[in-house]
Amino acid sequence: MDATLKKQLEVTACKIRLGIIEGVFNAKSGHPGGSLSIADVLTYLYFAKMNVYPDKPDEPHRDRLVLSKGHTAPALYSTLAEKGFFPKQELKSLRHIGAMLQGHPCINIPGVDMSSGSLGQGISVACGMALSGKISNDTYKVYTILGDGEIEEGQVWEAAMFAAHYKLDNLVAIVDNNGLQIDGKVEDVMSVYPIADKFEAFGWHAISADAHDFDALEKAFNEAETIANQPVVIILKSVKGKGVSFMENNVSWHGSAPNKEQYDQAVAELTAHLKELEG
Amino acid sequence: MADIKKVATRESYGNALAELGDKYENLYVFDADLAAATKTGIFKKKFPDRFFDCGIAESNMMGVAAGMAATGKIPFVSTFAMFAAGRAFEQVRNSIGYPHLNVKIGATHAGISVGEDGATHQCNEDIALMRTIPGMTVIIPADDVEAKAAVEAAINYEGPVYMRFGRLAVPVFNDPETYKFEIGKGIKLRDGKDITIVATGLMVYEAIEAAKTLEQDGIQATVINIHTIKPIDKDIIIQAAKNTDLVLTVEEHSVIGGLGEAVCDVLCENYPTKVVKIGVNDEFGHSGPAVDLLKQFGLSAENIVKTAKEAVKAK
Repeated sequence: MDATLKKQLEVTACKIRLGIIEGVFNAKSGHPGGSLSIADVLTYLYFAKMNVYPDKPDEPHRDRLVLSKGHTAPALYSTLAEKGFFPKQELKSLRHIGAMLQGHPCINIPGVDMSSGSLGQGISVACGMALSGKISNDTYKVYTILGDGEIEEGQVWEAAMFAAHYKLDNLVAIVDNNGLQIDGKVEDVMSVYPIADKFEAFGWHAISADAHDFDALEKAFNEAETIANQPVVIILKSVKGKGVSFMENNVSWHGSAPNKEQYDQAVAELTAHLKELEG
Repeated sequence: MADIKKVATRESYGNALAELGDKYENLYVFDADLAAATKTGIFKKKFPDRFFDCGIAESNMMGVAAGMAATGKIPFVSTFAMFAAGRAFEQVRNSIGYPHLNVKIGATHAGISVGEDGATHQCNEDIALMRTIPGMTVIIPADDVEAKAAVEAAINYEGPVYMRFGRLAVPVFNDPETYKFEIGKGIKLRDGKDITIVATGLMVYEAIEAAKTLEQDGIQATVINIHTIKPIDKDIIIQAAKNTDLVLTVEEHSVIGGLGEAVCDVLCENYPTKVVKIGVNDEFGHSGPAVDLLKQFGLSAENIVKTAKEAVKAK
């Protein structure tokens, strides 16, 4: 990847992480861990890959993203705000009564392509969008991000069958493999491994990559575009809570908000990192 | 009336889709391995490129339809009522209802008139389930003419619609030349001062037949066809209640959460009136020929007559 672009993406990802912390802190609830683990892939998609139009969020030929792991809405919202779909100020009222930003993605929010949050459902909707694009000979791509715990849902595999059966090569599913779910390690709660083999057995092309390396992300998404007649899954090995030292790989940050002291520390860490990147 | 034509509303549904497919090029149909039974196979034969089998995976099918609707197409999804409203309830709620997407759910084989397949497939709960979803329109056509009209009305309506069709061939009593369907507008089929019979689906014909018998016995019944359970036509129900001060509801569905309760909701709040409900009581169905089951469960003109007489007597 071009060094300038890479630096820009790293800066943007850091700002998106700051937005996640801002949102979850002000909401006094939410899911920071899994939001931080997908910050880099969202940055890559919205700032280097997808054709989206903040001034025309409903442009019919745009690329789409369905956040199947909808509980990590803070990451999507922070990304959309950073991209200019709505003011960053909105992040401060995340989950508040009367606010635009709901606890889970809502289709009425500019830039949000589908309401989601009930696990396993987003990938099916992404299949429908991809099929629709195929029918209309449209060239848009559909991306959907799933949690690794989420793929325990049976519906995911119904959708996996469907996507392969209808050769949805305009669909890319991303599995955020941070290895943790609410009750503990994915392998202890209900193992989903081996993930790539499962998708391959369902007729998908599987790619594995480091979730926090933009070179690796670029390589993976470019490879995805070369695949014809079958859907692609990109399994991203990620770190839950990535970017905030005390949240990393700690399952207790799956669904809890930082207090003021923790918020200050998280912001300090991310701001220092941002200065380092920009300096 | 012995020679009255009979058509199952699932057949009407399949025929309507195939007939309307030319006019509405944006219409697509999805099924979950039941195209032969739901009759979407009629559409599939005519428009193979606009029909997609999802296999035996109803939850995914609802989501796929939501995605199609989110990109501007009009998807019809079909399976049995048990699986559309039951198994896939949460997908219908969260992937279709909450984002208020333009998905049309054509659920067939509703109620105990499924017959021999028995309780697992006799869905008597779908109206209750679907009417709790905010923004969901719930339609239960009474015959072939109404079913076809309902399908076209659903196409022209923007938003999610649940349509309930039956397996059993039922009398075609509406006149296709004069019949007009409007979502949310009940139809008064007879006027009488003693009792109002509010019916839906295949019970509408039974209600008409019952009213004829009641008339011979000196009881004048108003008969109202509520084809749209949600949004329900409050005015026609309140007005009829005012005119008769007694209401009898008849549905091939559980008495819990269906037409009867919807009518009670309207009347309790607006014009408290005695309401007697005929429907499937708090029990599961069982195997048997559909016609025999309907009789056994009291879903017949005879039982409407008997219940109406008792209610009028107790007035």
